[in-house]
Amino acid sequence: MRELCRAFLHRLASLFRRRHLEADLDAELRSHLEMAVEGNLCQGMSPEQAHRQALLDLGGIEQTKEMYREQRGLPMIETTLQDLRFGFRILRRSPGFSVMAVLCLTLGIGANAAVFSWVEGILFRPYPAVSHQEQLLALTGTARAESGPTDISWPDLLDLQRSCTLIDSFIVSKIMGTTLSNGDRAEVMVGSIVSANYFDAIGVHPILGRGFEPGEDSGRNAHPVTVISFQLWQGRFKGDPQIIGKTQRLNNVEHTIVGVMPDGFYGTFVGWAVQFWVPASMEENFEAGGYKLEDRSARWIEAYVRLKPGVTRAQAQQEISAVARRLEADYPETNRGRGIKLWPLWQTPFNNSGTLLPTLEIMVAVVVFVLLITCANVGNLLLVRSFARRHEMTVRLAIGAGRGRLLKQLLTEGLILSAFGAAGGLVATHWCSHALVLLFPARGGVAMHLPGEIDWRVLAMSAGVCLLATLVLGLVPAMQIGKIDVAAALKSDSAGVLGGGAKAWARSGLVMVQVSLSFVLLVGAGLLLQSLQKIRNTSPGFSTHEVLDTAVNLVPAGYDAQRAQNFQDELLERVKALPGVESAAFARMTPLSYRSFSSTPIAVDGYQHPSEEQPTVQYNEVGPDYFVTMGIPLLSGREFTRADDEKAALVAVVNETMAAQYWRGRNPIGERVQVEGRWMQVVGVAMDSKYESVREAPKPFFYVPLRQNFDRSAGLYIRTPLSPETMATALAREVHALDPDLALYEVITLQEELDRSTSPQKVALTLVGVLGALALLLAAIGLYGVISFAVSQSSRELGLRMALGADASNLLRLVISRGLTLTGGGVLLGTAAALALTRLLGNLLYKVSPRDPLAFGSALVVMTIASLAACILPGWRAARTDPARVLRH
Amino acid sequence: MASPKSEVLQGTLDLLVLKTLESMGPMHGFGIAVRIQQVSEDLLQLNQGTLYPALLRLEQRGCVVSKWGISENNRNAKFYSLTRAGRKQLAEEAENWDRMSAMINRVLRTS
Repeated sequence: MRELCRAFLHRLASLFRRRHLEADLDAELRSHLEMAVEGNLCQGMSPEQAHRQALLDLGGIEQTKEMYREQRGLPMIETTLQDLRFGFRILRRSPGFSVMAVLCLTLGIGANAAVFSWVEGILFRPYPAVSHQEQLLALTGTARAESGPTDISWPDLLDLQRSCTLIDSFIVSKIMGTTLSNGDRAEVMVGSIVSANYFDAIGVHPILGRGFEPGEDSGRNAHPVTVISFQLWQGRFKGDPQIIGKTQRLNNVEHTIVGVMPDGFYGTFVGWAVQFWVPASMEENFEAGGYKLEDRSARWIEAYVRLKPGVTRAQAQQEISAVARRLEADYPETNRGRGIKLWPLWQTPFNNSGTLLPTLEIMVAVVVFVLLITCANVGNLLLVRSFARRHEMTVRLAIGAGRGRLLKQLLTEGLILSAFGAAGGLVATHWCSHALVLLFPARGGVAMHLPGEIDWRVLAMSAGVCLLATLVLGLVPAMQIGKIDVAAALKSDSAGVLGGGAKAWARSGLVMVQVSLSFVLLVGAGLLLQSLQKIRNTSPGFSTHEVLDTAVNLVPAGYDAQRAQNFQDELLERVKALPGVESAAFARMTPLSYRSFSSTPIAVDGYQHPSEEQPTVQYNEVGPDYFVTMGIPLLSGREFTRADDEKAALVAVVNETMAAQYWRGRNPIGERVQVEGRWMQVVGVAMDSKYESVREAPKPFFYVPLRQNFDRSAGLYIRTPLSPETMATALAREVHALDPDLALYEVITLQEELDRSTSPQKVALTLVGVLGALALLLAAIGLYGVISFAVSQSSRELGLRMALGADASNLLRLVISRGLTLTGGGVLLGTAAALALTRLLGNLLYKVSPRDPLAFGSALVVMTIASLAACILPGWRAARTDPARVLRH
Repeated sequence: MASPKSEVLQGTLDLLVLKTLESMGPMHGFGIAVRIQQVSEDLLQLNQGTLYPALLRLEQRGCVVSKWGISENNRNAKFYSLTRAGRKQLAEEAENWDRMSAMINRVLRTS
């Protein structure tokens, strides 16, 4: 073994002293020959004979040198270097081709690398600052009565923490926001309510000050301390080195800043960069619904767990489920029908990884398509070039190059191209790592934080893609080498000898692949376009134009309920008095915004739910004139008035689905519904509208008066034909007149709100559409190339046909039918692929079947038009063939 | 062909070179070639050129070292000499050869 190593090092070293060693070998062989000649002369040979015999005995100088060189260096490395040098020279000689190929590959590989980096940064390695994030799992509750995951209560979490032995730590991190006034604009700051072990458990430590101490997460409002992010420290506090110990008013409570986190740590919530953290003891100050640390029925926590080393998710789940069953038995009134579930990080249901998953899936599929298309396209370019290089290849074969050696040369050239493409792609990925955010609108005035992550896995993936591309790129022209018939090819240099049929077949095959891939993308784009249109044409059940939506958050400004009510009343009066305002109302939640409505268990007189559990229904707290302002028609009864205040009898308005489901055709007006133990009288039935998504099915929903269920963070809705900008100025003036410390959120139309809610569809449509158009263009160019090549190759045949009486239109038809045959083959392939793949679009489609004939039909039409366009020019050239000239040659 | 000449058996050239160097001391390539042919009484058909890759191979393995010097008739020549590792290698390979040839002889005689 040591000997082998030594020999290898010896050989390796020789690579770098080639010139010296070559001179040495020269001298040694010269001295050998001289001695041999001398010896031969002594035996009485003539000088010529002596020289000849010496060479014979040696076996030739060059042959000896070649043998020696093979023993001396590392032939594989040497030939590779040689291939690289040669490859570079070849590519430099045709810069147009090389630049085109590298650009194509940069697009293909770069798109893949960028999407992989997003998948890595959002789904698989979302928290680069956190140590051992592979041991982290997300934790949520489940409830038999609800379809989705639920939050967890603090007492349940403490019980889990005490009882689970397989779990290293339970980490609470509940996202929330506060508003800091910044001039006359409200600036939203994303914060997080965390357990005291948070920073230690995730293994990220403050660069200044300290994290939270054990016990700081208990006691009602007992520990007004906060840890801030590096960005907040640098931005708002200008990097103040004396920051520790200073105070910051958060939601009207002075918090002492005890720590600053390192740069690059953005908390643990995919989609948002967290700016500050407070311990769970301060929860009441930031969360609606009062003090919840001792309330087992208040479910508000989002949490992660860190597994002990070697524990699997299944084992931990088993243990947690056992504890959850015990909690069900111990606390039936709060925990019946409820469990606890662990999720892999990339499926975390409470942050944006879950919502982005379908979009990312489509992106991955689309970029793989782009890669295939670019490979097919560059492959086609290479084929054309291999035709130009067939003479070179033939000569090299003839003078003794092995086919393997030629293959290696071609693969090396492919590698050079794809390596440049990969390098360009990675640079592009680095630039684009934050580009994903551009596809998603800011929500509530805060830009999302969706960084890509370029780590070794992304690099390895890109290298893999690059190698794959190399193989394709090298093998396409290599297929042709196998077919070279040296003797025949050397004899005649004219076209057609080099297995023209096979080459044409390969190129046609590649074009068909391109056509089929772009057909799939066209179908996808068609489906997405249709569903986006359907979404647009679907009435959400309220007016979207001429209704503006904004908010003034009174909680951070320290308003209590009474002051907030007075403020709302006064603002409403002032707004209604503004010119152009038709009506205005407050309500807690905006439909189709990113937040979800609260839901509550209800009971209805005389209604027995099929299952044992209480049914839960979502609701909204709305002020007087809400239905008029929003344009939601009332089917019967009345809407809330100013008389429905805290002193009046409790009332509710239900929607038509709820009326149908719980009162089964009876008129619900005057009937009672029980909400959280309080009985309310139904006074109106509203038409169904969309609440959380335009795509949702009709569902039960009810409204309660804001005054009887007061919340300080209500939004303001204004019906007016004026533009949001005009209104914003007037509104800001009125708000300032009432309280100069208050700031206004952005003012947008409900249509804007609706448009934002369809952003996943738009992102998908943009991606698929743009790339589909690109693919179509590439396919058309490929088709054009194949057809015009075929025309130029068969000019004799065309001339003959013409001489025999075919006219120009016959030839044009001939050429076009050839092009359409290829297109037809591609479309057939593409249809099969599309039928299998459009299911991926699944939940992005709305009222459109993944096999929608309209989408397939229009893709076919577009494809046909594109291929006709691609064939016209070569067809025209064929039709203009001059038989006299062609046949003479 | 008048006298049947043997080709050098694959892998035995190294052994021949090592043995020559052991008995003759430091030698240049031409000298080794002449010596091998003499000892084999010209029955061995040696392509002298193959000696040089063999010498390089032995040098890479550390069995021989080379040094430029002056030959007996005043020429510049590269002299090869056996190292300690080379001697060990020779002993091993010679023993291997003995064992192998004895075995082959036995097989040839019995069948």
